[in-house]
Amino acid sequence: MSDHTQHDSHHDIAKHVKVYILVFVALLVGTVVTVGLNYLHFESMRLTIAIALFVAIIKATLVACYFMHLISEKKMIYVILAFTVFFFAGLMGLTLWTYADPPALTTFH
Amino acid sequence: MEIPYTSQARPDTGIYNAKVGIWLFLASEVMLFGALFSAYILLRVGAPDGTWVHGLLNIPIGTFNTAVLITSSVTVVLSWAALKMGNFGRYKIYQSVTILCALGFLGIKSFEYKEKFSHYEVWLKKPITVKHGEHEVQVDRLLGHIEYQGKHPAFWNTKTLAGATEIKDASGKVIKAAVPPVEAFKLEPDPFHYTMTAKEIAHAKKAAAGKPHEAIEIKAADVKRLSAFVPSHSTYFAIYFTLTALHALHVFGGALVIFYIWGPGAKMWKTDPEQYINRVEVSGLFWHFVDLVWIFLFPVLYLL
Repeated sequence: MSDHTQHDSHHDIAKHVKVYILVFVALLVGTVVTVGLNYLHFESMRLTIAIALFVAIIKATLVACYFMHLISEKKMIYVILAFTVFFFAGLMGLTLWTYADPPALTTFH
Repeated sequence: MEIPYTSQARPDTGIYNAKVGIWLFLASEVMLFGALFSAYILLRVGAPDGTWVHGLLNIPIGTFNTAVLITSSVTVVLSWAALKMGNFGRYKIYQSVTILCALGFLGIKSFEYKEKFSHYEVWLKKPITVKHGEHEVQVDRLLGHIEYQGKHPAFWNTKTLAGATEIKDASGKVIKAAVPPVEAFKLEPDPFHYTMTAKEIAHAKKAAAGKPHEAIEIKAADVKRLSAFVPSHSTYFAIYFTLTALHALHVFGGALVIFYIWGPGAKMWKTDPEQYINRVEVSGLFWHFVDLVWIFLFPVLYLL
């Protein structure tokens, strides 16, 4: 029985390896896409930033889900990360809030 | 004292302790880098019009370094998978590629740093006429490398031009000799700007082919400000060096741990393979995080 389990897990890992290679290729493609789009010089800076961050978020998600195994983790890890997401979102929210309620005479660029 | 649950899962969490530990640590790391990204955003939106630095980093080199780091990330996870399948030899090979990639990344990064330290921006009191390809243009701001007495000095700033008086210690012995003021220096302006498209660069290279690079003589009296691309150049370079140096320290630390487990720490594979695999996994989680941070740093600092 234990032999059988061992064999199964080897087979699973071998499947994982294929996924890792696919993710690796996707990350390289993502990098090329980011740099390539940058050479196109969009009119709008906002659009350029949005696209670059969008690609970066996809790449980061791939790394976190597959390389860091977050796609199938134990609940404990998700609980820790839920706190992290909350505080990180709060930090960025506070940063962006400066846009909404600037002191008098402030100019944004 | 024996540390509990280094190889077996703790019943209540369902995972070994080190994994909870590394994730708690990574959570704090997210906030550390998050705070610096927040600083970046505030510095950027607060910069007066036209003063935020663009296109002064070498995009091809940065892209290559990104690929190097991504490669190291995949070899880390492949080495872990090899161990899981009991293939110690393959683990050793993959992880040696990881270590080489880490060293490569740091080597390329230090080359980039060195370039910045000897690359200058000069603001002039009055505009001068310079050749820009086939055109002549009036500029009061120049980018390039300085040539002075046959050398390419690093870390110059406006104060350097004034020279320095000698410094003596209490007994009157000269510790540091006087440096005469700089009267004039040569500036080799950048031929090709990093933000130029591939087409523009090809065109500019064709136009400049065979012609010697023309250095411009600049009198110190005409200089309003001079700065290498160091933190004091601008808030952009201040946050650039803060973020990338902190990241490079992480690369160095991560590589050190991976190297220890790979080399002297590999004895554990014989005595406690479960714990050994866990060590590889935990160091790998840290490594992927370092890669993840770079995924954001690269577009934010090099491209946007």
